Amino acid sequence: MRRDVFQAIADPNRRAILSLLAKQRLTLNGVADNFRISRPAVSRHIKILAECGLVYVQQQGRERYCEVRMDKMTEVSDWIEQYRQLWEQRFDRLDELLIDMKKKEKKNVGKK
Amino acid sequence: MSAKNKTTMTAKPGKQEIFITREFDAPRELVFKAHTDPNLFAQWIGPRDLTTTLEAFEPVSGGRYRFIQKDKDGNKFGFHGVFHEVSPERVIQTFEFEGLPESGHVTLETMTLEALPNNRTRLTTQSVFQSVSDRDGMIESGMEYGVNEGYERLDEILSKMK
Repeated sequence: MRRDVFQAIADPNRRAILSLLAKQRLTLNGVADNFRISRPAVSRHIKILAECGLVYVQQQGRERYCEVRMDKMTEVSDWIEQYRQLWEQRFDRLDELLIDMKKKEKKNVGKK
Repeated sequence: MSAKNKTTMTAKPGKQEIFITREFDAPRELVFKAHTDPNLFAQWIGPRDLTTTLEAFEPVSGGRYRFIQKDKDGNKFGFHGVFHEVSPERVIQTFEFEGLPESGHVTLETMTLEALPNNRTRLTTQSVFQSVSDRDGMIESGMEYGVNEGYERLDEILSKMK
């Protein structure tokens, strides 16, 4: 299974965990208390989030604290930005074409 | 000429759609023509380093289209779909990339062209994918595509990575 930010945000439970942790640092149990899914399921999601680099898990005494790594989250917006640029290039070519079309139209009007 | 028109894109996490919006300094009839005249369409739809050939292009309700893009090494990428509705206000069509490991990953695209004051036009496209992973996969492949084209024009674009 691949481990990147896109895998991380593909699951609705993982997105919910991320938005919860974005507000505050929580223990594994603290996260699980906010969800109806089982504790082992929450634990699995956190493990994936950690493997994807989005969550940092730290052992403190008997508790394991989870924290979001916001720097990793920006990769998501970069990813969409690049697809947007693909379209922008396409529309820039359309702009050039439309300028030509407008010129031609003016010429034709002149002929009439 | 006014400042460069910006392309905005919205792809919310967990949704299976993408919205793209862009304005053009041209009247709607010309923007529509650039989408429906085969010679014009082929000029702008593909990246600069690929040649686009329209094998079929019938922009009328119920018509079909198929276009092939070829790179310098002879690699071909095919796309096809059916026009559901074609009018200057709205074009509804399906879209499928033939290069995927399995066929049937079809997108439903609705493009609206809105006439604005001063002979300007606002284009909005909604692409609806069959699943969230279909959508995310498309964005990722588009990104690779964009990166490839970027090598050629690296000097031109000083932004991040493209």
